[in-house]
Amino acid sequence: MQSLGTRRVNHQNDAVAVAVAGAASTLPLYRSAPPLEVRLEDFEAFAVDRLRVLKAISDGLSRGKKPEEMKNLVDELLKTHMSHPKPSEAVNKDVISHFVLRLVYCRTEDLRKWFLSMETTLFRYRFKRESAEAQRALMADFNLPYKAVNTAEFESVKDKLGQVARSIGQPLLTADAIFYKVPFEDVPELVAGRRVYIHRGNAYVAMNQVVSLVVTQFRSFLSKALILTNRKWTSSIKEQEKDRLTPIVEVLSTSYLGPDYSQPRESAEISLKDIDHLAKSSFPLCMRHLYDKLKEDHHLKHGGRMQLGLFLKGVGLKLDDALAFWRAEFSQKVGAERFEKEYAYNIRHNYGREGKRTDYTPFSCQKVISSTPGVGDHHGCPFRHFSEENLRAALGGMGVGNRGMDDIIDKVRNRHYQVACTLTFEAVHGSSCDAGINHPNQYFIDSQKILQSKNQPTT
Amino acid sequence: MNQEEAENCREDMEIDGNEPEMPAQRHADIIPDGFNANYLKAYYGKVFPHSDIFKWMCYGHDGKHPGCDPTYLSRREFSFTLDNDIYLRFQSYTSAYELESSIKEKCPFKIDIGPVYSVNPAKRHAYAQTGDNVFTPVERELIFDVDITDYDDVRFCCSGADICLDCWPLMTVAIKVIDTALRDDFGFNHILWVYSGRRGVHCWVCDGKARRLSNEQRAAITDYFRVYKGNENSNKKVSLVGPVLHPFLARSYTDVLRDFFEGKVLLNQNILSTEEKYEKILEMIPDESVAAELRGKWQEKRKAKDDINVVRWEQLKSLLHSGKFKHIQGLRRCIEEIIFSFTYPRLDMEVSKHMNHLLKAPFCVHPKTGRVCVPIDPNNCEEFDPTAVPTLSQLLQELNMSGSRADTDDELDRTSLGRAVRYFRSSFLQPLLKSCKEEIESAYNSRLQQSKNSLSW
Repeated sequence: MQSLGTRRVNHQNDAVAVAVAGAASTLPLYRSAPPLEVRLEDFEAFAVDRLRVLKAISDGLSRGKKPEEMKNLVDELLKTHMSHPKPSEAVNKDVISHFVLRLVYCRTEDLRKWFLSMETTLFRYRFKRESAEAQRALMADFNLPYKAVNTAEFESVKDKLGQVARSIGQPLLTADAIFYKVPFEDVPELVAGRRVYIHRGNAYVAMNQVVSLVVTQFRSFLSKALILTNRKWTSSIKEQEKDRLTPIVEVLSTSYLGPDYSQPRESAEISLKDIDHLAKSSFPLCMRHLYDKLKEDHHLKHGGRMQLGLFLKGVGLKLDDALAFWRAEFSQKVGAERFEKEYAYNIRHNYGREGKRTDYTPFSCQKVISSTPGVGDHHGCPFRHFSEENLRAALGGMGVGNRGMDDIIDKVRNRHYQVACTLTFEAVHGSSCDAGINHPNQYFIDSQKILQSKNQPTT
Repeated sequence: MNQEEAENCREDMEIDGNEPEMPAQRHADIIPDGFNANYLKAYYGKVFPHSDIFKWMCYGHDGKHPGCDPTYLSRREFSFTLDNDIYLRFQSYTSAYELESSIKEKCPFKIDIGPVYSVNPAKRHAYAQTGDNVFTPVERELIFDVDITDYDDVRFCCSGADICLDCWPLMTVAIKVIDTALRDDFGFNHILWVYSGRRGVHCWVCDGKARRLSNEQRAAITDYFRVYKGNENSNKKVSLVGPVLHPFLARSYTDVLRDFFEGKVLLNQNILSTEEKYEKILEMIPDESVAAELRGKWQEKRKAKDDINVVRWEQLKSLLHSGKFKHIQGLRRCIEEIIFSFTYPRLDMEVSKHMNHLLKAPFCVHPKTGRVCVPIDPNNCEEFDPTAVPTLSQLLQELNMSGSRADTDDELDRTSLGRAVRYFRSSFLQPLLKSCKEEIESAYNSRLQQSKNSLSW
């Protein structure tokens, strides 16, 4: 291990070996924190990679992806973010990243709920991929007290079991089919879907349904563990680690994980005269709204100036053009002199030409959504802040038809604002956006890509 | 004298052995139908079975065994709806006397029973919503609510709040299907069915296992029971996919639903007698050519010796079974789907899914009908007649006629409610309390054993 930045991380105070189930599988159960040494950089980097996986799963679920699609998505994500040429390193990363994220996501009820949900989903798809042997081994590891149905009993319920199997489209039972007798309370999903035969309080669970049992156990265990972790965090860890891990942990739960668009690509230069046209064709709703309001009122308050101004910078508007743009609008309201005195400085500041010369980065969706526009403000995320009526009108103005409108409103009602924006993008451009919108500048770039490819005549 | 008075006189002549001259005198004492605070005061004073409700709510924690939990009753929420729609939630009591006096004093128009919480609900503000020291439900009966207005699209005799003896059997069917499943499939034993007072039934599953179910498990059971999934926009609201039915649905169909449909619904509701009505059935057939062939047959005017509904239903069945349309998708379960649509229980999902949902207590009086929410025996539910359930005014009348007696129990027995309370006690309360006591004892004993074990090496 490198000497610089090497620290021993043993935040759970459990010196128990990693519980890795069976030689056949590398699916950890995360029973206890591994007594491994982790570099501080890896602490954060591993967590970020796992977070990408979990966020993509979250996105997939809220977009209503079917189980088959989710399975493929999970396979992809693990390959992209969690793999390593050496299997033992991959397992380490898996386990370490999980425990780091436990620290990050144990701290509030909402965070715990989200993390629990995503980790359980991830576990479910990984469990399904395992061989039957590995699954049995994992079941044993969970110490599930369920007995397999013996031959005599099997004969007596065989007909009913067969009936259930046929009713859910499963292949016919073989003579050696294994069933577990489980209290119905332990398999709520199977009961709800009428996918098991139930008699006098016991459900007869087929081998291929065992995933439900195991997932319930996993979930219940992780739920309790998160509460314990939270206690430890608040009582000791947060203070102990305030110079080392705590800042990292606090940032991770709100981090945006994509490109920051602070350096617009060389080819992406836009000039003043393009802006109007681009606003109508390629701006996301949040920026389009700000732009329209600016044109209407010849003014925007600070929040709006930041959000729109940085966006335009990311899009490729040069400082001089930016100054001209804002001057043209504001001077109609406050006059050229006041513009120079009160507003020009801030625009130069945004471009890193004043003060401490920080080159501010355009706001990601996460940042936009979490802002709180007050009276007279027009920034923030319209999907979050507009009334349904106003939103429908605004979407209509962007060219979204009635059918798409209802889907979008439905996502908004369920607070999936970015998904709603993605659907808007898809409706306006007539093509799908699989990655989902995470950043207003991403919307712009993707939009331009589509429009420019439409302009090229296909050979 | 009207019929009610005549009946009352007859009853008295049987019970009290009074002289036939009495009826003329009693003519002046008729209590008019109604529902008001005065009536309720008398009802709560002399008829409402306070001690039975108390014993039920204690679930055996009456302090007579060292394993009893003295806080159990006090953690149960009661809620009163008073006159003028004043609503009192989170009422709790520590004794039978407190519960009874509170009811007699406040005279609630409705009493609801809520869950048992982690702490006394009256003290809930001292506790947090999340974290360690929470105020949260910990036990609650598994409850179901069936309301006949949910069947308005398949009953033609009444609509809205009305019920009659032609559509009431839908409730009977619901009781049979759900009760059998609760016992045979889920293994529950202590189940109380109650008339809701106007147009439906409530079910209270009181086993310890049931009371301790989580919201997720309640939702799972409710979904297990759910078949009807429609709204105004779908033609077919029951969709039974798969080559065969799940054993639960198959049993419900062969044991209850099919005979009920072919024996009662067809005739009582005349569902195939007119074009407007039979079109609704034809809409449920997923293939237009089948529907068209039937329509053709039914449009001919023919003099049938047998009831037209029966004849047409036979025609529908034989056409679908004939094999002529075997190749068409979705026709397989068509007959079952139609029968399920008309007869399968429709539960209010929300009532059952959450532990904190309040439900009206048995033996309350319904304000709009004056009828008492009496228990229904699931083994004899075909005989239950909602139009013959005792009303508030009727009970008060009976009290008046029986004169003043010191013994409350005796008084209760002289009213038509006596039978209902006796049934409640013998068929539900006593077996339940016996089982609760056993549970308390065995839990106590195993705790003792555990502490002994931990002391040993």
